[in-house]
Amino acid sequence: MNHERELRGKTAIVGVAESDLGEVGPGVTALDLAAQAAYRALDDAGLTVKDVDGLFAHSAFFAMPTVTLGEHLGIRPRFSDATATGGSSFLAHVRHASAAIAAGLCEVALIVYGSNQRSASGGLIASGQSLIPSYETPFKPRLPVSAYALAAARHMHQFGTTRAHLAEVAVAARRWAQLNPAAFERGDLTIDDVLGSRMVSSPLTVRDCCLVTDGGGAIVITSAERARDLRHKPVFYLGGAEAQWHMNISQLPDLTVTAASESGPRAFDLAGLRPSDVDVVQLYDAFTINVLLFLEDLGFCAKGEAGDFVSAGGIAPGGHLPVNTNGGGLSYCHPGMYGIFLLIEAARQIRGTADQRQVPDAHVALAHGNGGMLSSQVTVLLGDESVL
Amino acid sequence: MTADLPGRAIEDAPQGVSPHATYLALLDAEMLVFQGCRGCRAAVFPPRQRCSLCGADELSWRRSAGFGTVYSTTVIRPRNEPAYCVALVDLDEGFRMMSNVIETEADQVHIDDRVEVRFARDTDQVLPLFAPAAGGPR
Repeated sequence: MNHERELRGKTAIVGVAESDLGEVGPGVTALDLAAQAAYRALDDAGLTVKDVDGLFAHSAFFAMPTVTLGEHLGIRPRFSDATATGGSSFLAHVRHASAAIAAGLCEVALIVYGSNQRSASGGLIASGQSLIPSYETPFKPRLPVSAYALAAARHMHQFGTTRAHLAEVAVAARRWAQLNPAAFERGDLTIDDVLGSRMVSSPLTVRDCCLVTDGGGAIVITSAERARDLRHKPVFYLGGAEAQWHMNISQLPDLTVTAASESGPRAFDLAGLRPSDVDVVQLYDAFTINVLLFLEDLGFCAKGEAGDFVSAGGIAPGGHLPVNTNGGGLSYCHPGMYGIFLLIEAARQIRGTADQRQVPDAHVALAHGNGGMLSSQVTVLLGDESVL
Repeated sequence: MTADLPGRAIEDAPQGVSPHATYLALLDAEMLVFQGCRGCRAAVFPPRQRCSLCGADELSWRRSAGFGTVYSTTVIRPRNEPAYCVALVDLDEGFRMMSNVIETEADQVHIDDRVEVRFARDTDQVLPLFAPAAGGPR
């Protein structure tokens, strides 16, 4: 029996918010930012912590994140889920929350993230430190970037993709960021700037890599019925899918094909939609190569053709497909795990509240999360009342 | 039957709960090893207790000839230290591993290059590294 199709339109995002972003400075903890985002998202929904009975979180900063947050926020959830699949966790939480709400396990779900990695360390604070032997770390890859660099090198070798194609992704993100006052990097950026910047792990330069920022985010999900009584236009859950094939990059059989090629078609099938139905796209751009891989794996273009797809501003403002309209992890915000921000931007676009960067007539949004070393892939489709 | 499994049989592989310990012990003897599955004939790496492809409890230790082809490569340039190459190597027996390609400039390692294993003894363990190969058995 497969009842998953019945989840379509049964739940909706009713509150979204970021915490303070960028560099919050010393003395502000990851928990402070998570809590700030949670309160703001509940305010946005017109709800309080006392309405929340489902709590979802992942953190590299505090253990047992839903338990820690439950105490801090004063929430005693009857359903909690700390699924830890890296940056994609929060998209998985949306699917899990929708299923839990539909099954009656909870009614109001709060999904939360917070990180002060920039102020705390100036570098990535990765989740899931490993105490088991590694067949990779003795060779000193610079993880995660080297894993993505190996995928990029392979994509270039097989399909003639160039570093300029990768740079197009970074430049498009910057042009969107210039329309978003909350974005961390808003200065002009050219293809040549990207090509000429410091090489970190070839073929990826520092401008092919996401930002290191602080930041938190939260979203509130509830039943479609209750959502219609709340203050904002509901952003309905249409379908979602999770896929994972490996943890370590050496175990991904074909470095040019990720498990997004499994999660994407499943999510589209559940939502009863095709890529051509999507009005606005949020892809987890930890590195520029991610966007090329996911455009192909999710079906927006054929395998090997994403370089051409993004050329000449193809995914920038005014291009043929609006991708990462907040500026993405490359230019807006990337506090270690970025998944929650994909959902926040997708919801704002569907609400029609994305101000200068608003995509006209945005009825269907896709948010796609990535975790680990191209490891965990989670696709979520969202839409407004018109597509139910 | 193990005759048609890739690689060479290892008759006296140490047996224990942890396949990783066996791997390290054989590596210390300068053997690059993997596991062959008698169920599905796959080459399995890294070592584990049962086959991750077919699920069978039919793994046996096999020795690689140590020749392979570069599947992908990246050059890392740490500040104030020499650049080095991290590569994924497809061994001829049908398994892939991460390693470093040495004895050449890091940026002179290319996808599809043929490489052969070099055992590098670090302070406390032997690491299987690779160097450009003249050709070697395919």
